[in-house]
Amino acid sequence: MLEKALTGSKKYWAWIIFLLAIIAVGFMAYLKQFTYGLGLTGMSRDVSWGLYIAQFTFLVGVAASAVMLVTPYYLHDFKKFGKMVIFGEFLAVSAVIMCILFIFVDVGQPMRILNVLLYPQLHSVMFYDMCVLCGYLAINIIVGWTSLAAERKGTHPPKWVKFFVYLSVPWAFSIHTVTAFLYSGLPGRHFWATAIMAARFLASAFAAGPSLLVLLLLIVRKVSKFDPDPPGVGAIQSLVKIIRYAMIANVFFYICEVFTAFYSSMPGEMHPFEYVFVGLHGHASLVPFMWTATFLAFLGILLLVFPTRKNKVLLPIALLSIFFANWIDKGIVLIIAGFVPNSFDRVIEYFPTSNEISIVLGVYAIGFLLLTVLYKVAISVREEKAQ
Amino acid sequence: MYKGGKIIAALIIFVAFLTFPFFYNMGKANAGPENLAANLKQAAEPQCVESADYMRTNHMQLLNDWRQAYVRDGQTEYTNSQGKTFEVNLDTCTKCHSTGSSSNAAGLSNPVANNVGVSNSAVDTSDQFCVSCHDYASVKPTCWDCPFEPEGATK
Amino acid sequence: MSINRRQFLRRAGVVTALGLGGSFAFTGLRGTVAEAASDAGYKTSDKSLTAKHWAMVVDMSKFKSEDDIKRVTESCVNIHNIPDFGNPKDEIMWIWQDDYEHTFSGGDNEYLTESFKELPFMVLCNHCENPPCVKACPTGATFKRSDGIVDMDYHRCIGCRFCMGACPFGARSFNYRDPRPFIKKTNPNFPTRTPGVVEKCTFCVERLAKGEIPACVEASKGGLIFGDLDDPNSEVRKIVSTKFTIRRKTDLGTQPSVYYLIDRVGGGEHA
Repeated sequence: MLEKALTGSKKYWAWIIFLLAIIAVGFMAYLKQFTYGLGLTGMSRDVSWGLYIAQFTFLVGVAASAVMLVTPYYLHDFKKFGKMVIFGEFLAVSAVIMCILFIFVDVGQPMRILNVLLYPQLHSVMFYDMCVLCGYLAINIIVGWTSLAAERKGTHPPKWVKFFVYLSVPWAFSIHTVTAFLYSGLPGRHFWATAIMAARFLASAFAAGPSLLVLLLLIVRKVSKFDPDPPGVGAIQSLVKIIRYAMIANVFFYICEVFTAFYSSMPGEMHPFEYVFVGLHGHASLVPFMWTATFLAFLGILLLVFPTRKNKVLLPIALLSIFFANWIDKGIVLIIAGFVPNSFDRVIEYFPTSNEISIVLGVYAIGFLLLTVLYKVAISVREEKAQ
Repeated sequence: MYKGGKIIAALIIFVAFLTFPFFYNMGKANAGPENLAANLKQAAEPQCVESADYMRTNHMQLLNDWRQAYVRDGQTEYTNSQGKTFEVNLDTCTKCHSTGSSSNAAGLSNPVANNVGVSNSAVDTSDQFCVSCHDYASVKPTCWDCPFEPEGATK
Repeated sequence: MSINRRQFLRRAGVVTALGLGGSFAFTGLRGTVAEAASDAGYKTSDKSLTAKHWAMVVDMSKFKSEDDIKRVTESCVNIHNIPDFGNPKDEIMWIWQDDYEHTFSGGDNEYLTESFKELPFMVLCNHCENPPCVKACPTGATFKRSDGIVDMDYHRCIGCRFCMGACPFGARSFNYRDPRPFIKKTNPNFPTRTPGVVEKCTFCVERLAKGEIPACVEASKGGLIFGDLDDPNSEVRKIVSTKFTIRRKTDLGTQPSVYYLIDRVGGGEHA
C-alpha cells in the first residue's frame, strides 16, 4: 500500500519537499552535534535535560492519545469513531518514532544505545520506557497496517488483530505512566516529585493528542475527497467532548499542585512554581511561556464548553489553544523547571541554541513526513474504496 | 521487464554502494606487518600474557575481559593458563609493545595510535605499534579515545 | 517465472534469517573456544585496601585557607585528567567547595553567624548507601560496589544523563565536548573520558586497588578522613559515633557516606 504515497498532487509534493528540506538542515545540524558533542546545545551541568527530552515527553502523550479512539470504538462499540481510528493509530506511530529520534539525538553516545537492551537493569525506569515505547510502536504498526490492508481488500481484519487492539489499550496508558515515573521517581527534584505526575501526564495527553488529531482530520477533509466525519455522524464533536473533559481535569490537577506548593509554604515545593510563574532570584525566562500556556488553556476550555465549539472557525482556534497550552507545559516548562533551582538552590537558566532548534525541527519534520505518508496511504485506500 | 531501466539503474547504484569498501581500499599500500615472522619468533622469549597464537586471535576479547574485570569487578590481577600472574593494566601490554620503550629489547612490532578521528592531534602515525597490523587488517582500534597512547606513540 | 512481491519478500526474509542465524552459529562457536583457552583467573590484588563501607569525614576545622581547599581540588583534577573548559555550562567537577546555605538544604537561618555561613564545605559524590543514580541508570554504567563505592563504567555509559537528574546532590558532570584539549596537566596513567559520558568522584578506586588512599584525602593533611564505617576501630567510625556530624539532604533517604564534622569549628573567633 506504500506505493499510494508515491502519487499525489502538486501541493502534496511541495509539502514533502518542504519537509525534506527541513530534515536536511536538521541532519546537517545533527552531524555538527555528533562531532562536537552536546555542548552545542544549551544544556549544562545543572540543566542536563533540555528541549530534546521535553519534546520526547510531550510526544509520548500524543502517541498515547490513540487510546481515546481505540477504547470507545473497539471496547464499547462506539461506531462513530470507525473512520477515524486508523488516523489515530498512524499518528501514534509517527509520534513514537519522533520520541525515539529525540532520545537518539539527546544521548551522548548514541552508538551505544543498545546497551540498554544488552545490559538490562530491572530497577531502571528508563529501561522499561524503552521496552514499552518499542512495544507500542510495534502494536500500532501491526494493528493499523493490517486493518487498513483488510479494509482495502474489503474483508474483515484477521482475528488475531483483536488481541493487539486490546493490548494497545493498557499499553497506551503504560507508556505515558512509565514516562511520568521517569520524573516522579527522582528524589531531590521537587517540581517532579509529585504523586499525580502520571495522572497529569495522562490528562494532558488526552487533551493534546486528540486536539492534534482533530486538527489533522479537518485538514484531511480539506485536502482530500475522504471525509473521516461525514455530516450527521458527529464523531469529531464526540472527540471534542473527550478533549474538553481531559483538559479540565488537566487544569484541575495543575491547580491542585499549585495549592499544595503554596499553601504548605514549603520552600522546596514553592521555588520551582515561583520560577515559572513570577521568576526566582531575578531569573524569569519561563514566565511569559507559563502565562501564555495558562491563558491558552482557559481560552481553549471556555471555547469548548460553550456552543463556540461547533463554530467552524472557533473550534480550530480552541484546539490549537489546547494543543499549544499543553505543548508549552510539557514541551518546555516541565523539564526545564525541574532543574530549577539546582541541587545547590541556585537558578541556572537554559536557553536552546540555534543548532539545537534545527535538530528539533528536523525531527519534527521527519515525524510529519511519516505522518503525511501514512495518512496519504490511508486516504488513498479509502478514496479508492469509495469508488 | 516492467520499469526495467529504473530497476537496472538502481541495482547498479546498490551494488556500487555495497562494494564501495573494497574499491576504496584497493590499491592502498597496506603492506603486511613488518618483521612479523621475526617478531613472532622473538615473542616466544619474553612471554606475553598468553601465547602469541592465542593473542593474535583473541587479544580483543582479552582486552574486553580485562576491562570488565578491572572496571566493574575491581580485579587487578590476571593469572594466565600457565599460572603466571600479570597486572590487569594496559601498561602490562605497552611495557613491551611500545616503540622506543627501553624494555622493548626484542623490537616487537607494535600497535600505534593511528586514529585520525581522535582529538589528540599529537599522534605519531609511524608504521610501528598497532598500525602495522591494524592498517593491514583495516580495523581501526578506538582504544585510545580514553587511555593515553603510551610513550613513543605520541610526538 | 512469475513471483509476486509478497512471495519475494517472504523468501528474502527467510534467506536473511538463515544467513544471520548461520553466521551467529559460527561466532557463537568461536566465542566458546576463546573462553575455554582463557579459563584463567582474575582476582583482586593483595595490596588493595578493602572495606565493607567506605566513608569520608570532612573535618571543617581544617579548611581555613584558600590553600587548604586548592590542595584538595587540584590533587583530584591533576591525577584524573579533569578538564577545565573555562565556562560553568560545560564544567566538570569531582570535588569542589560551596558555602553552608547552598550545600545543605532546609531553609535559611538568618541568625547564623557570617563566619559559619562562609565555611568552605567540600562537596563531592556522597557514595550513598541507597544511590538514586544507580537506580536510574538503564545500563548499569554506574553501579555500587560491594565496598560501598558508587563507581563509573565509562565504556558502558550511553550518556542519557538520567543519573544526573536523579542525583539530589549535583555531584555528577557530563562531557559536553571533548575534554582532551582542556586538560591542564595530563596524567598518562589515568584515562581521559570521551565526550558523551557522565563522570564523578569514584573515591579513587584505582588508588585503593594499589593500596593508596584517595588523592584528596592525602592532600588534605587531615582535613578529609577516609575509612571503613563498618569497622568499629576506624577513625571515621569513631568520629561519626561520638561527635555530632551532619550530612547533606538526609530527609531524602539516600544515606550519604560523606559526613561533615562541624564540632571543632569556630574555636578561633568565638571561643
